Amino acid sequence: MRTILVLLTLVGVQTVNAAVDVYEFKTTEQAEHYQQLVEELRCLVCQNQNLADSNSGLAQDLRHEVATQISNGASEKQVVDFMVARYGDFVRYKPPVKSTTLLLWFGPFLMLLIAVWGGLIFVRRRSNSAQRVLSPSTQAQLSHLLQDNDRDNTK
Amino acid sequence: MKWQVWLPIAGFALLVLFLAIGLTRDPREVPSPLIGLAAPAVAMAQLHAPAQQWSPQQMRGKVWMLNVWASWCSACRAEHVVLNEFVRANATPLIGLNYKDEVGDALAWLQQHGNPYTLSVVDAAGRAGIEWGVYGVPETFVVDKRGIIRYKQIGPVTHAALETTLLPLLQRLQVESP
Repeated sequence: MRTILVLLTLVGVQTVNAAVDVYEFKTTEQAEHYQQLVEELRCLVCQNQNLADSNSGLAQDLRHEVATQISNGASEKQVVDFMVARYGDFVRYKPPVKSTTLLLWFGPFLMLLIAVWGGLIFVRRRSNSAQRVLSPSTQAQLSHLLQDNDRDNTK
Repeated sequence: MKWQVWLPIAGFALLVLFLAIGLTRDPREVPSPLIGLAAPAVAMAQLHAPAQQWSPQQMRGKVWMLNVWASWCSACRAEHVVLNEFVRANATPLIGLNYKDEVGDALAWLQQHGNPYTLSVVDAAGRAGIEWGVYGVPETFVVDKRGIIRYKQIGPVTHAALETTLLPLLQRLQVESP
């Protein structure tokens, strides 16, 4: 147990160290805001990394910018708005809900609805066909076959 | 066949269409939210005259271009040839934004490859670059007479980009009233 704990702490330390630069803040709240922001904002050069994980020049500059603004008392929203105004919604890992992103946000649920609807139709059709009433001639043929079968069994 | 049978097929075709369109797009080209907005009013020192400042307000009444370049940028070298040709044939002012570069390297680079810029300004720390939403070099902005950013070319200006997009746009902007 103890070794696992030690290993886990080491892993934790490593991810923090991925961003080499260290910024000092007046309050722990500011430090938390900074950490949240660099994890939520995307590095535009290396598109699949956030600012915290990237070591590109631009990510360093943007981390510096975030730190400066937070130290000057900017709120998280102000910093995000600043970045979006210059780099667009793409800079956020969590895109806002608006007309152009509706499909992105609700598309999967729409797919689920369609799948459930399709499934219901399929199941209903199957149960309908099972209850289908047979025509009198087919019924007679069927009972004849079944009788034959009974006789075979009694032999 | 019942018409319902076609529903999933149509849905699938639509999905394929969306994905096919997605494949033709370059994910590295992030559209700039600054298009249609005023050019950021950041003053910067001039490369050849460090004591003098330049800011976009000085360009009011003119259609101009801002080209982000650096001596360390390999794609800029190919673009530079195109830009040199462009300024020989066009009167549009071309401002160079020397992005995160050493002044000595930048000056030497212009001396070696030719200087197409009306003037260059220095953004050593990349702070002005953030204001312009620069995320890669080279990038080129087209600004109209009222100081509004009208277009952003991401990546090098090529002959094709010039002929199909930039030159027609510049022509249209020239006839707009300031």
